[in-house]
Amino acid sequence: MPITINDTPHDLPDDPRVSLLDFLRSHAGLTGTKKGCDHGQCGACTVLVNGVRINSCLSLAVTHDGDEVTTIEGLGSPVSPSEMQMAFLRHDGFQCGYCTPGQICSATAMLKEIAAGWPSDATEDLEASPQLTGEEIRERMSGNLCRCGAYANIVAAIRDVAGESA
Amino acid sequence: MSVHRKQDAPDERNVLDTTKQGVLGEPLERPEGLLKVTGTATYAAEFDAENCLEGVLVTVPVVRGKVTSIDRESALQMPGVVAVIADERLTGRAAQGMAGEAPFQPAQQVCYWGQPVALVVAESFEEARDAAKHLAVEIDEDGDEAPLDPDAVEAEQRKPTKNGDLAHAMTQAVHSVDATFTTDGHASAAMEPHAAMAQWDGQSLTVHASLQMLKFNRAELADSLNLKEEQVRLISPYVGGGFGSKLGISEEAVGASLAAMELGKPVRVVMSRQQVFQTVMRRSETTQRVRLAADGEGRLTGFGHEARVSNLPGEEFAEPVLQSSQFLYGGDNRLLQLEVARIHRMTAGSVRAPGEAVGVQTVEQAMDMLAEKAGLDPVELRLRNIPDKHPAKDKPYSSRKLAECLREGASAFGWKEGPRKPRHTREGEWWIGSGVASAARIHAVVEAKARVTLRPDGTALVETDMTDIGTGTYAILGQVAGEMLGLSLDDVEVRLGDTDMPPGSGSGGSFGASSCGSAVFLACEGLRDTLAEKLGIEASDLSLKDGFALWEDEKKAITEVLDGKAIEEIGHFEPGKSTEDYAVASFGAFFAEVAVNHWTGETRVRRMTGAFGFGRVLNARTARSQCLGGMTWCIGNALTESLLFDPTDGHLANCDLAEYHVPVHRDVPDLEVLLLEERDAAASPIQAKGVGELGLCGGAGAIANAIYDACGARVFAYPMTPDRVLAAMPEA
Ligand code: FES
Ligand code: FES
Repeated sequence: MPITINDTPHDLPDDPRVSLLDFLRSHAGLTGTKKGCDHGQCGACTVLVNGVRINSCLSLAVTHDGDEVTTIEGLGSPVSPSEMQMAFLRHDGFQCGYCTPGQICSATAMLKEIAAGWPSDATEDLEASPQLTGEEIRERMSGNLCRCGAYANIVAAIRDVAGESA
Repeated sequence: MSVHRKQDAPDERNVLDTTKQGVLGEPLERPEGLLKVTGTATYAAEFDAENCLEGVLVTVPVVRGKVTSIDRESALQMPGVVAVIADERLTGRAAQGMAGEAPFQPAQQVCYWGQPVALVVAESFEEARDAAKHLAVEIDEDGDEAPLDPDAVEAEQRKPTKNGDLAHAMTQAVHSVDATFTTDGHASAAMEPHAAMAQWDGQSLTVHASLQMLKFNRAELADSLNLKEEQVRLISPYVGGGFGSKLGISEEAVGASLAAMELGKPVRVVMSRQQVFQTVMRRSETTQRVRLAADGEGRLTGFGHEARVSNLPGEEFAEPVLQSSQFLYGGDNRLLQLEVARIHRMTAGSVRAPGEAVGVQTVEQAMDMLAEKAGLDPVELRLRNIPDKHPAKDKPYSSRKLAECLREGASAFGWKEGPRKPRHTREGEWWIGSGVASAARIHAVVEAKARVTLRPDGTALVETDMTDIGTGTYAILGQVAGEMLGLSLDDVEVRLGDTDMPPGSGSGGSFGASSCGSAVFLACEGLRDTLAEKLGIEASDLSLKDGFALWEDEKKAITEVLDGKAIEEIGHFEPGKSTEDYAVASFGAFFAEVAVNHWTGETRVRRMTGAFGFGRVLNARTARSQCLGGMTWCIGNALTESLLFDPTDGHLANCDLAEYHVPVHRDVPDLEVLLLEERDAAASPIQAKGVGELGLCGGAGAIANAIYDACGARVFAYPMTPDRVLAAMPEA
């Protein structure tokens, strides 16, 4: 089975060394996913695989036979941006824009993780459902570095999407 | 046509306050924002070219030596490998900002651990990476004697500033402070690694690159390759952060270009994260002695700031630690002295806010110590020491909001007035305290050109090779043009980052907005004159708003005035005497609240307020974001960022983002930013100064002072890691 990226099937690469990140950027022509470190340290390469966020640089493309991958391009486009993309725009949740696709993919998946009741280091009561506090958002987004320092605005954008409860 | 102005005197006309559109300063969204949030903005490595080859740089693990042989043959046997480039023109260091000439060549002469010496080019990235890893390089090593420790070598003295007799003032002082601080080295760590994709057509070279200052970079690249500048075109519409690291060209641009020229095919080279850390630029570590002498009221009578920094042999740049100490506070007896130690670490150069990013926070800590000795509120002490005129040179300040920032910042933060006594508040394991620091950053402007065209359909086009590195250039240049021409931002198109367009200032030293903004302003002044002429009226009688020309009781659509013909002007701004005749700088104040863990020494910043005055605000949203970014850097600077070099072999031990700790989401609390409107007529024809760096100039000192106020630990070494805080924690 091929790999499906944003609803389009692609053949897997012949070279087993190709990371999912390089496959997206160089083979599938989807350069929206960024490479900041290639070592799982920055989150710029975050994509959703079967709905779950991962660092695509830490994963070899050939291991994704049959998987559904959603990249920043799959979340929304300039003509029909997603709610999260619009919130980043409104809150100036970016500056240079290089960490941004990773932040947005990560935030999109992160809200689902909270909704599904996954705890984090910031969760006070592991028995109860996690609350959408600023601290929860910051903890769960800490794998996405932003050297421009747009964090305060990114958190505001995520709160905006999550609604007043945050 | 072109409008040229060299600013020899302050421009008090404040033209932009008389225009009618009302778009300038507004917190508008970035016009390129939608591309960035949808992943459709194209960065250097992402441009498509048919049959593009991939290059990987090869670095060597010695601090000094000479490459004697490279085993090309074996590499060329490997799958997919096309070439090994080890040309004499390959550069071994990054160019300093505004160098405009080739950096150190040849790369085969190794001066620091991790220097690139060759480039392997292959069909695919994976093949190139593998071959680069296996390339056998022989080196005549001469590293044993190479100095590695900045404190163990004789340093070169730079010209000091000396007034009066500081030593005497110290002995006469009622209150005095004499303290020595250290700051560790910093990395820019822009999120986009350095990247270039070069194409050669036999005559001319086109390079998609990630660079901040294209007109200088073009000259640097041409000089490195022995080409004429006219043969080189650089394209950088989006830059994934720079922070100084992309001021000058680095090895990837030269390597990609040499390979493309040799092979006649496009070649892409992207540095690995480790290579960016090891080869590009570092902010030098510093050792700083600060001396303050004061009278009984806490007024400074003496001010001393001495600093030792380091760089490679042959590099002129020395972290300008004392830059703002020249003018921030008074004191008639002054001594400012910078010295440079020559050691073998990668090039020291500009990292966001060179100088002030490490030089202001130490002075601000010393001021805190003085306030304690004098029994004064730290805010009050600072207010008492704002000088009437430049303390060393007899010249006035152009405009300065320091006192306002201290007062308004204090009130927004909820600063409790009065002298500080540490350990006043405890919550469980945590001591809670707050601290203040002033912010200061020199002002600079640089020659810049921009072309503005009013098109027959009434929209405008702004073109310059200026870059937007996240700073908001697309927005603010559009706003300056829109304000001058009576257009909404939607009706102004801004094209940046291509050396085929008029040369701007480049992004660096916080001078991009005021320099290029002034060039756009001048071009628009020319266009307004032309429109007035077409209408047969004086330019001073003309207003432009929402696409209409208005004068007396008349009104005419701009499209009608243009009558099917585009008009264009090139604005050419040059700095002149106005910035020499006045002390021109940006100022501000930081307030921080921290919690320090009594048992572990861990510090968490709980909230921070910054108040800043930097002349005219061109876009309140992007300006605020610049301040947020700077304040975020303050947190890293104060608590976590440190380049760690191995003392035995000189290699950088923490050369990645897992070990070099930039602030992450959870390190950064809610941050409050106050923008104080100001007009600085001497700063630029648009009365604007810089904001990109100010938010980083002193704030780490506010955090340090808050640590002391919280737990009583006075730490003299940055970053204030838990071990350092614990070691300074008082017993009781
Ligand atoms: S590129 Fe994958 S985490 Fe940095
Ligand atoms: S926007 Fe530049 S790194 Fe986040």
